[in-house]
Amino acid sequence: MIEYALWFAFAAFGIGLVFTLWRVVRGPHSADRILALDTMVINAIGLLVVYGISIDRQVYFEAAMLIAMVGFVSTVAYCRFILRGDIIE
Amino acid sequence: MIKRLFPHPLLSLMLVLIWLLLVNKITTGNLLLGVLLSFIVPAVTEPYWPNRARLKKPLLGFEYVAVVLWDIIVANVQVALIVLFKPQDKINSQWVTVPLDLTSPEAITVLAGTITLTPGTVTAMLSADAGCLLVHCLHTDDPEAVRDEIKHRYERRLKELFQ
Amino acid sequence: MDWDIELIGEILVSAFLVIGGLFALVGSFGLVRLRDCMQRLHAPTKATTLGIGGVLIASMIHFGMSGEQISFHELLITVFLFLTAPLTANFIAKAYLVYRVEESDLPPTTGKYGWAIYHDPPKDPADL
Repeated sequence: MIEYALWFAFAAFGIGLVFTLWRVVRGPHSADRILALDTMVINAIGLLVVYGISIDRQVYFEAAMLIAMVGFVSTVAYCRFILRGDIIE
Repeated sequence: MIKRLFPHPLLSLMLVLIWLLLVNKITTGNLLLGVLLSFIVPAVTEPYWPNRARLKKPLLGFEYVAVVLWDIIVANVQVALIVLFKPQDKINSQWVTVPLDLTSPEAITVLAGTITLTPGTVTAMLSADAGCLLVHCLHTDDPEAVRDEIKHRYERRLKELFQ
Repeated sequence: MDWDIELIGEILVSAFLVIGGLFALVGSFGLVRLRDCMQRLHAPTKATTLGIGGVLIASMIHFGMSGEQISFHELLITVFLFLTAPLTANFIAKAYLVYRVEESDLPPTTGKYGWAIYHDPPKDPADL
């Protein structure tokens, strides 16, 4: 049963990644692209966690954590760049 | 003396907890290392936080968290239904202005974060004198009701908590 | 019929995986479907965060059942995402408003000062 649920979750996050990719390509404003990239990071974390469950190892936890942190910082940096034209003032 | 050692007692407690969660194994050594970190980190970062955030009734915080968590689940179902089934031209998005009674920056930050996480609303901006919040509502026919619910459900609780 | 603890755990893990996957999918789908940027901001900030929450709870239960000890560190990612989602949403909203929305399109503030990205904060500290 867990196997089917895992396949479902893999498919859901994978299709989600395709949707966000479409928004990144399509735009139309850079705020849309940043939002899509942020969602993409979250979907990637989900994929990693689901993969961790499927192979029954906890090693991917650290990777998910790091992606979460780097994703947050990069989103803020992109937005700051748009808002101020500069990241570190 | 204790105030010198622990300039931010809540921060120290959080640090120990986060350290234990990170290593994911509760042993005496890990606990000691966590306590050591909870000394060092607040001491090093103390110049950056001159003021301590004050909680008047910390126990009310648990009630607030429970209310918000429940609202997040409800909000997600609502937003999911709107996204999936509502025809695009029927989605009636509106801006709502929420006047603030809160004054402390921490309380306003918590309120803004709560509004973003709960039903169909996103905080977009604060006015220049921090007197009101600009909130975007995904679908509403009655902006006043949204504003009143935010003020009644969240701001009232935060006011008791912080002031 | 014997309800052993492993079966219940397995059902719970599967349920949370499906719920999490569904919400994440809806969040990403909202990104494609909704009309303008402010509307699109709603779907990912809420749905995707709960989607990740569901998957992480599933992971917690799974490793709690199979491992030799209870695993709680997934909570860290959940808490981190719940704390940062409003911040990124707020930043993206501001980035959008600066370029695409005039101040006249927004409702007026209740005080005598305008919205923060169009006006500087008051010089007089008494007004803050």
